[in-house]
Amino acid sequence: MHDFTPLPALFGGLLIGLAAAMLLLTHGRVAGVSGLYGQLFTRDRDGRALAAWFVVGLVGSGVVVGSVWPAAFPALASRSTGLTIVAGLLVGYGTRLGNGCTSGHGVCGIGRFSVRSIVATCTFVLTGALTVFALGRLS
Amino acid sequence: MKGVALGAASGALFGVGLALSGMVRPAKVLGFLDVAGAWDASLAFVMVGAIAVYAVAYRLIARRGRPLFDEKLHVPTPKRIDAPLVVGAAVFGIGWGLGGFCPGPALVSLGALAPQALPFTAAMTVGILLQRARR
Repeated sequence: MHDFTPLPALFGGLLIGLAAAMLLLTHGRVAGVSGLYGQLFTRDRDGRALAAWFVVGLVGSGVVVGSVWPAAFPALASRSTGLTIVAGLLVGYGTRLGNGCTSGHGVCGIGRFSVRSIVATCTFVLTGALTVFALGRLS
Repeated sequence: MKGVALGAASGALFGVGLALSGMVRPAKVLGFLDVAGAWDASLAFVMVGAIAVYAVAYRLIARRGRPLFDEKLHVPTPKRIDAPLVVGAAVFGIGWGLGGFCPGPALVSLGALAPQALPFTAAMTVGILLQRARR
């Protein structure tokens, strides 16, 4: 294994779980980023306000971490812009169609032992791995 | 709804967790998905840590019954495993494997002005709107 970093990964995961738990405790909402970000484009004013604050916090944390610890982020792109745009379209469409992403299904759903989320997570990890494999074969 | 600004604290903590975990590095995500190649299992530890904490918290909060600033929990009720779930997840996974970004890390990366964060987020937004339009 190259670049194996289990401890920061685990610790980061604990914080993610804590943050998701916090949102559940304060407002009873699932901390699914695709759902929360998607809510910004709906008419549900209550949900939209909470979602907007969550997204502000998320982007804001990037602003702060980006300035005090820039090494947390890559300096170079891993994929071309064209591929990234296709990726973004699929992620946006797929997460809404499937009603969740790595945080919504992978963390919150599995944390509730939701069979739907377990199935969803296995599915996107599988197709993710197949895609990386296919791209590796093609290049 | 009261206390909505607290959502920012959750989002900020979430983002810091993502940054610490390495999920804001597409290369690391792709390394996790590169099962057949130079596999980096780190992301599995992110999931384990997050799920462990959330599972415990969920049990406690569900037992409490209601959140602090709302009348009830807004947690999805169990439904059948249907085509939109599986197809949606499959499509998301392909996008994840193509770009190395999922929504959370993309937004954090956007704040940090990291490479490809803006085109990814813009395209992701279009994808979301397209799906809503087709509903």
